Amino acid sequence: MTAPLDQAAMQPPLKTVCKALAHDSAEKHVTGTAAYIDDMVEPTGTLHVVPGWIRQAVRGEVTALDLDDVRQSPGVVAVLTAADVPGTNDCSSAFGDDPVLADGDILFHGQVAFAVVAETRDQARRAAKKVKAEVTSIPPVLTQEDAVAAETTVLPDYQFRRGSPETGMNASQEIVSGSLRIGGQEHFYLEGQIAMAVPQEDGGMLVYSSTQHPTEIQHTVAKVLGVPDALVTAEVRRMGGGFGGKESQANQWASLAALAAHATGRACKIRLDRDDDMIMTGKRHDFRVDWKIGHDGTGKIRAVDMEFLSRCGYSVDLSLGVNDRTLFHADSSYFYPDAVIRSRRLKTDTVSNTAFRGFGGPQGMLAAERMIDAIAIKLGKDPLEIRKLNFYDGERNQTPFGMPVEEYEVMHHLIGQLEESSAYWQRREDVSAFNAENAVLKKGLALTPVKFGISFTLKHLNQAGALVHLYTDGSVHLNHGGTEMGQGLYQKVAQVVAEEFGITLDKVRITATNTSKVPNTGPTAASSGTDLNAMAAKLAAQEIKARITAFLCEQHQCGAEAIHFGDNKVIIGDQSFTLSEIAKQAHMARIQLSHAGFYATPGITWDRDTATGRPFYYFAFGGACAEVTIDTMTGEMTVDRVDILHDVGHSLNPAIDLGQIEGGFVQGMGWLTTEELVWDAQGRLRTHAPSTYKIPTASDIPEEFHVRLYEGTGNPQETIYRSKAVGEPPVMLANAVFCAITDAVASLAPGEVPDLDAPATPEAIMKAVHGMRARKAGQ
Amino acid sequence: MRDTIRFLKNGEVVELDSVGPTETLLDYLRLRRRETGTKEGCGEGDCGACTVALGRLVGGKMVYQPVNSCIQLLGMIDGAELVTVEDLASDQRLHPVQKAMVDLHGSQCGFCTPGFIMTLFTLYHAEEKQKSRKTVTEWLAGNLCRCTGYRPIVDAALEACFDAADDAFTWRANETRQKLQDLADSRDVYLGDSNGFFASPSTLDGLAALYAQHPDATIVAGATDVALWVTKNLAELPKIIWLGRIEELDRVEETGSGVLIGATATYAATEAAMTRIETSLGALWKRIGSKQVRASGTIGGNIANGSPIGDTPPALIALGATLELHSADGSRALPLEDFFLEYGKQDRRDGEFVTGLFVPGLSANQVFRCYKISKRFDQDISAVMAGFRFALSDGVITEARIAYGGMAGTPKRAATAEAALAGASLEDPATWGAAMQGLISDFTPMTDMRASSAYRMETARALLAKALMEISGTAPEDVNVLIKREVDHDRAA
Repeated sequence: MTAPLDQAAMQPPLKTVCKALAHDSAEKHVTGTAAYIDDMVEPTGTLHVVPGWIRQAVRGEVTALDLDDVRQSPGVVAVLTAADVPGTNDCSSAFGDDPVLADGDILFHGQVAFAVVAETRDQARRAAKKVKAEVTSIPPVLTQEDAVAAETTVLPDYQFRRGSPETGMNASQEIVSGSLRIGGQEHFYLEGQIAMAVPQEDGGMLVYSSTQHPTEIQHTVAKVLGVPDALVTAEVRRMGGGFGGKESQANQWASLAALAAHATGRACKIRLDRDDDMIMTGKRHDFRVDWKIGHDGTGKIRAVDMEFLSRCGYSVDLSLGVNDRTLFHADSSYFYPDAVIRSRRLKTDTVSNTAFRGFGGPQGMLAAERMIDAIAIKLGKDPLEIRKLNFYDGERNQTPFGMPVEEYEVMHHLIGQLEESSAYWQRREDVSAFNAENAVLKKGLALTPVKFGISFTLKHLNQAGALVHLYTDGSVHLNHGGTEMGQGLYQKVAQVVAEEFGITLDKVRITATNTSKVPNTGPTAASSGTDLNAMAAKLAAQEIKARITAFLCEQHQCGAEAIHFGDNKVIIGDQSFTLSEIAKQAHMARIQLSHAGFYATPGITWDRDTATGRPFYYFAFGGACAEVTIDTMTGEMTVDRVDILHDVGHSLNPAIDLGQIEGGFVQGMGWLTTEELVWDAQGRLRTHAPSTYKIPTASDIPEEFHVRLYEGTGNPQETIYRSKAVGEPPVMLANAVFCAITDAVASLAPGEVPDLDAPATPEAIMKAVHGMRARKAGQ
Repeated sequence: MRDTIRFLKNGEVVELDSVGPTETLLDYLRLRRRETGTKEGCGEGDCGACTVALGRLVGGKMVYQPVNSCIQLLGMIDGAELVTVEDLASDQRLHPVQKAMVDLHGSQCGFCTPGFIMTLFTLYHAEEKQKSRKTVTEWLAGNLCRCTGYRPIVDAALEACFDAADDAFTWRANETRQKLQDLADSRDVYLGDSNGFFASPSTLDGLAALYAQHPDATIVAGATDVALWVTKNLAELPKIIWLGRIEELDRVEETGSGVLIGATATYAATEAAMTRIETSLGALWKRIGSKQVRASGTIGGNIANGSPIGDTPPALIALGATLELHSADGSRALPLEDFFLEYGKQDRRDGEFVTGLFVPGLSANQVFRCYKISKRFDQDISAVMAGFRFALSDGVITEARIAYGGMAGTPKRAATAEAALAGASLEDPATWGAAMQGLISDFTPMTDMRASSAYRMETARALLAKALMEISGTAPEDVNVLIKREVDHDRAA
């Protein structure tokens, strides 16, 4: 027995966590053997479901629905309508306003009115086109302006208010105001929406769904079928991308597959065609932001008045949380002494907008960056100066919702390091020199911060469970409530469990997320997957270890400190056993080698009615510096260089974290540049395929792309190995690109704030360029 | 006559006697063979998740090209070696491109990965490639990834794809070559009956006869457009005539006066000749579709389907290209611009088909520029496409040929602007004004999801100005942000 040493010496070197290990499925990805739902072996007699819709209808009452030709089409086994729903015809997360199948009214262009079940998917698709229907035509409410005029909202207005913005505005030396339009974004997960339902005995249903929220799939299917939750099991091994688009949006397709399976008694699969997927599922909310900001004459903010007009679509979906998060991030990283930040959740006759990586936060932050840019431009100062002047600090560190920004020093250090590593000030001079010499091409530069609150603002979602079994051969079965959509969650949790048992990763069997193993889970969302599930899995492994340790202490008459788990072995004093030997002994001694771990995030409070509390466990920080060139004759733009420094605490897996940062940034860059959702005047989405909706390609990433993890002291909160969440925050690093484009356009008429809206397509850039030229002419 | 299609997979000859006329290669792989490594991401050839490699003998050498299997008709792989993601790893050992993708963390959700692997496989086997980021991003333009941001994939490509190929495919290359030679025959291929068939005649006369007999048949070259009618609109096309086995149509001949392009010559096959005509034409070629689309898509098809936003016609019209048509009654030629009558309507008579195109080169007094404006640099359809050819004499424009795409229902010449430029001086921008103004009477562009009418008009004028500025040398050092990008990316990694 050795005497206890100091804490550091007690801590053995980490073997598996904090290592840049490959994604658990990497080899399967590259060989094509990673199975997605469409790749699973289909049960004999599997039928195929295709959603049917009335293509000419946007908004109106269905006065005639003739499905005879559909039914008589070759291969058709069944055609389902709202009348075929045995339970409740609703697949919403909470508000009861999302019909699985339209019932009487068409609420938006693309709403599912019926479903075809056929022997093959091709037969079902062909049949679905044969519908004949008459729908009255109600003039649709489409834009923010339409909705404001029609006074339609999906939820009541809401606001954060701090101090007295009226007094603050009056006390300001200068006031700047403006309006910014921010476009939505299509998720464009490469694997489209898909589900397969397999009928079970006693009316049960097993549903494979590409979902971020298996529990909601289970509950929704049970509700739609009218059976108890216990009769339904949802499972997902992996998704081909999620990004928020499979948080609530998978419900409808799982419900239709289950309805079809219920109706036919056969396994039924639904896989959306890409156009249907893009037309029928929700997107990132688009906004108009009207803002007014007062400062002291040097650029230090006195008061802020912002109004976020959000297009929610025809139903609530997740718009409550999304728009709340917009408000939570309307400060970006800046202290607002007095502020009113208002939110209007507008109802439009369009597809219901939903979660998308960042969950409303990116729009809030982008508006804040626009305000800072405007102050700087008006003062003729560098925007970075104004950003730093307004950063939270030791004294000015309360957010508009009353939560202190405790780690403001991390923010300062990080931005300072990035300022240096990106050679910001030198390049500012280079950019100015370039712009002085070039009439057609203009360069822009921007360095913007990220501060993102980590935790679900709906408190009860901040919990997770894991199920860990140790088998008697020393292998471990790992299961938890988190889902794998490519973000590497399964690998990170497996690393944590392997570390805990002192075993190599090959001993840990990762298994599909399944509601019958770990129940009542929250969605894998809000960047919280690892924080929650890795902790639950660690607790489960710890408990099993503790039981074994207690057993061994008794058997070997030693203290717990004499027992060590490591290198697939258990060391007891000077004896060494394989974990398998020990597991067998423990089993013979009737020790339970399985445990369900449970974790709930500590210390978070949020009172929505008073808009106060500590809704976030902590903040994740980051910064990006971007340089762009625009062509002022055509509006074309290139991103020349990007430097990123991002805070993930102590990284659980630097390779995976780097992938999240780079991928998130590029996704954000797409949102703010090439990804334009276009609806026509009738309310029909015109960009519903990759031929018309343009996400970034390989040549869009900057030639010079320097991405580093911030080396700090780790998360001050007791998160899993002091890491920080990384899923969403990097999206907002892309604000630097938008601000750099703004900077380039601003060079055309010093002192004028460009009227640049997002996304900054060539056309949007040209519009801003014209505005500047006109104002310069008028100067 | 042969009533089967034959191809090579994994060293074995596969012979199919039942092939739906519009059955796609992707459906064949996933539904019939139950090989699910190849994924469907979009069903329109824009995401690359379904990419497979087709190996063919070109001048006696094996050439592997990436194709989108979702828009490749199954019958079109006749005579090729088909390589899918399942075929790369051998004896439990990953292929070098697979290993690099694992080592450099090139996959996250993994759904797009098989497509990337296959495009990288073709890059791995490509000859005459320069190791650079630009080379890689050009090859990868047709593969979308929504997770990684591409950096690790590009790094994996740089790591794995630029040494001499040394894999199972090179080891058995001689054997493969022999097997493909054995498969090559000059028989007509015909599967089906007179109500529905996939046919591929091997001679022009055979084609003319078959088409005369079935004027309702659909003629397919690369299928990069026709297949979308099937996958997207569920079009019933019971009779398919594929041109891919007619040797006379698959030609690219550079003569003293220009380039003769056969109807089935792909973008890929014509790129070098186009670049030799003029640099910006070559740069345009690299931005048409993607590597996958350029491997299958043909200039003949791009013209024959008459799209108002086709990338090639404006440039080719400006160059003065002429089109050759053929039918059982004989042949005729016409200026390319005359082929496009109105939106969706071309001057193609019943039983007539496009056989080729002649693109004149530039004479000593002529200069040319073309530009493509789109939301995204790579693999996007143009909002505005412009081609300019000016004949010069002592700094004066003696003749202008100007054509635009995206500005009207068809690719169209700018007659007023052309006339207004005759006599304009390169050195005096004031003399360009009438032509700029002329564009307003030449076009009334539409507003759609790609651009507004106003932006199109403004950009059309900007491109004319840009061409004149560049040619006259009155421009600041560089006036083209995208050409600048080309130059930047030329740096070796």
